[in-house]
Amino acid sequence: MPLPTPFHTRTAPLCESHSWRDWSGYLSPSMYELSFEREYWAIRNAAGVIDISPLFKYDIIGPDAEAMLNRTVTRDMRRCRVGQVFYTPWCDETGDMRHDGNIIRIAADHFRVTTADPMLRWFEDCGYGMDVTITDVSTRYAALALQGPNSRAILKQLTANLDLDTLRYFRMGMGIINEIEVMITRTGFTGDLGYELWVEAQHAEALWDRLMRVGRAYGLLPFGLTVLDMVRVEAGLLLIEVDYIATNHAVIDGQKSNPLEAGLDWAVNFDKGEFIGRKPLLADQERGPEWRLVGLEVDWAELERLWAAVDLRPKVVYRTTSRESVPVYRGGTNGRLQIGQATSHLFSPLLKKYIALATLKTPDATLGSEVDLEMTVEYSRVLAKAKIVQLPFFNPARKRE
Amino acid sequence: MNKKYDAIIIGAGHNGLTCAGYLAKAGKKVLVLEKRYLVGGATVSEEIVPGFKFATFSYLVSLLRSEVIHDLELVKHGLRMLPFETTLDLAVNGDSLYREPDHYRTYRAIARYSKRDAEAYDDYKLMMRHVIHAVRYLMHHAPPNMDFDANPQALIDLAKHVGTVDKEVLYTLIQLLTISADDFLSQWFETDILKAGLATSGMIGSMVSPKSPGSGLVLLAMYMGEIDGVYRTWRFAKGGTGGVANALAQAARSFGAEIRTNAPVAQLMRHGDEVRGVVLESGEEITADVIVSSLTPQMTYLKLAGEEGLPSDLVQQVKRWNSFGSASKINLALDGVPDFKAMPGYGMHLAGGFNTNVSIDSFERLYDTAKYGDFERHLFIDGGLISFADPDMAPPGKHVMTCFVMYTPYHLRQGTWDERREELGDAVVDTLEHYIPNIRQLIVGRQISTPLDIERLINMSGGNIFQGELRLSQMFLMRPAAGYSGYQTPLHNYYICGSSAHPSGGISGAPGRLAALQILADGKK
Repeated sequence: MPLPTPFHTRTAPLCESHSWRDWSGYLSPSMYELSFEREYWAIRNAAGVIDISPLFKYDIIGPDAEAMLNRTVTRDMRRCRVGQVFYTPWCDETGDMRHDGNIIRIAADHFRVTTADPMLRWFEDCGYGMDVTITDVSTRYAALALQGPNSRAILKQLTANLDLDTLRYFRMGMGIINEIEVMITRTGFTGDLGYELWVEAQHAEALWDRLMRVGRAYGLLPFGLTVLDMVRVEAGLLLIEVDYIATNHAVIDGQKSNPLEAGLDWAVNFDKGEFIGRKPLLADQERGPEWRLVGLEVDWAELERLWAAVDLRPKVVYRTTSRESVPVYRGGTNGRLQIGQATSHLFSPLLKKYIALATLKTPDATLGSEVDLEMTVEYSRVLAKAKIVQLPFFNPARKRE
Repeated sequence: MNKKYDAIIIGAGHNGLTCAGYLAKAGKKVLVLEKRYLVGGATVSEEIVPGFKFATFSYLVSLLRSEVIHDLELVKHGLRMLPFETTLDLAVNGDSLYREPDHYRTYRAIARYSKRDAEAYDDYKLMMRHVIHAVRYLMHHAPPNMDFDANPQALIDLAKHVGTVDKEVLYTLIQLLTISADDFLSQWFETDILKAGLATSGMIGSMVSPKSPGSGLVLLAMYMGEIDGVYRTWRFAKGGTGGVANALAQAARSFGAEIRTNAPVAQLMRHGDEVRGVVLESGEEITADVIVSSLTPQMTYLKLAGEEGLPSDLVQQVKRWNSFGSASKINLALDGVPDFKAMPGYGMHLAGGFNTNVSIDSFERLYDTAKYGDFERHLFIDGGLISFADPDMAPPGKHVMTCFVMYTPYHLRQGTWDERREELGDAVVDTLEHYIPNIRQLIVGRQISTPLDIERLINMSGGNIFQGELRLSQMFLMRPAAGYSGYQTPLHNYYICGSSAHPSGGISGAPGRLAALQILADGKK
């Protein structure tokens, strides 16, 4: 059996559906209730909380910590101030993405990196010969992501010592909740207002109990990986092994992507000096990357048209994100040409559109242009007219306010 | 004089049967002659203890080529590949490492020793996948004729293939072929039990230790398997490996081949350099257009053909052919379920494999002792409970355990295997007891096959399980002799199709298939 997380004694009784997933070897609720709807709307309309303890966490400490990270990741870590959080990819020597994650600068010489995959060996090798210590603290800390419009109000009830109104997006502060020290980062995987709470594992249950007691009045619900996978697509956030394949998992070169192709050009800083993958990335930047990550939208009228052909109303709701990749074409039914693939797609209950994260050939990836997304309507493959739109699909002002 | 056949295959091992199947499917009138009472050669299952079926010699399947499975319709003829998914490595000091299909459970098992190694394990597997993918070409091609002018195409094709291989993969392959398994694995790993557990693949059936250069080659050979497109998977065959032989025999028969058991061949019928048939030990003579030997080079050339008329360089090489076995096989009939000290109770680990005495230094010591003609009392055993995958191998609730035991040399310095066979059996039980405290009380019968027994019973000269050591000097262009690789022999109408031909041993059917393709191609000329 996968391992229980430090919150398991609290999450298990609430997991009415008994629908669990294996997240990095930990038991993780897929959804708590038998329907995902309430969990989804809690995130977008009230507040939701998810146990993110299975993330891997590394402390990078020492005089060379900044230099080590700066040569490893694509962003300029010198610009990451104490109390700031950077999202960044990091690459192999080929410039292709090995992984991505958040880096919290706890002190001048102390960073904490959170990642989906184990990364100790990679970081140690990147820091070889430098005055830096890399420690795997994955099991030392438990973590919760408190997300949604009411998340700040709930957190304010919990912690008096930290001014949450001034804690900006992608910033970190130390809070005291029930005499427990909690590191609070204004981060998340939902594209909404939200916070992530990092606590020593032995305090996990106490934190959960306090949070749930206070949160109830604000509509707080625990949510599972199913709706996380929905809201993160709305937020335009990539999932490793779904929307891109890490270099160390890619079996053929064609499966790899670099950050420029994955829509992360903003996170690549060529001016900061040498870093792993800089030369091939720079060459790709000058040449122009072959692929681009885009957002696709199929509007309601198009869905109506597709299902009307078989005399049905559109059958798109009550479904979650599909990670089955589907081809994207141009040229319509006659003379169609595949220009890429959609890797995550769903009907967004909030936006009332079918949305997809897709990787397309650069010449076909122009914002506003129309492409054909393969969909299945009553056992038949059909082409839906989809528009290339700006990511993220959903970007509420409260996220940054 | 008996009726005439298109082809006679000598020996009904998996390669002989594969060759027979392909030839029969191509419309040839084929006769297979087997010395024993049953087909299979080293791929047999026998009921030695009443109610218990032992896989007498070979016990796992991985290398069996997909082409053979599908061309010969083996599924229709009863081939079933049952799961064999876990490995439990056990060290004398009580350390253990359990590797299983679940990624993160295996990650955590390795991380108990080293997180770096737990992460490197993925990188290692991916690199080995690339290497296997590159070398796979050789499993489907006969060694090329090195005379470029005579036959440029085979060399050009090989060069083209090598040219497509990623350079990093190519360099890794060169390392693997030349350095020791220990040196190779140390590039990824620091944990002894993990390195040693992986290094066991570099020792199987061969007189090499993890630190011997050349063990990398054995490791690669053992990794060359694939099942349903997935590299490096191993399976138990339904009915033991005899189940594979039976499916191959059924397939060959369905295509019209005739198989005679209890029909040992004494020698070839030769007319100068031309082979026209065989003479059985019974004196019966049978003629055919083509005679194919699936036996060792010693049997093929020295016994069946006779030295006379053979090129002297071939005879010299065959006489020097290293096929001295170092592996023994002990099968145990068990009255109940073994209880592992490292993983007590019932569980998935019982349906997988286990290794004893796992550590690089232990293996080196075992090897040293074997090198000087003796065997240690605490042995390396590659074991498994076939009856957990296939309950029909033993009565309900009872089990059969296969113990493949390495570093038990063919040449003993003191005594003979006939004198020391039971001593080996006792050492195996003593070793097992260290890891499985209840094993002794469960044993209701045992079968011991030393290298001498393997040689005697199935004519594998020297007892080597691959019909000849896997070493660079005995592979590819040099298998079974430099200048005589491939499947033709210097004698007209005489071919080889056994594991002593390229691409060598293991239940692959590859030499049998490639030999059949050669024979059919020659017949069209």
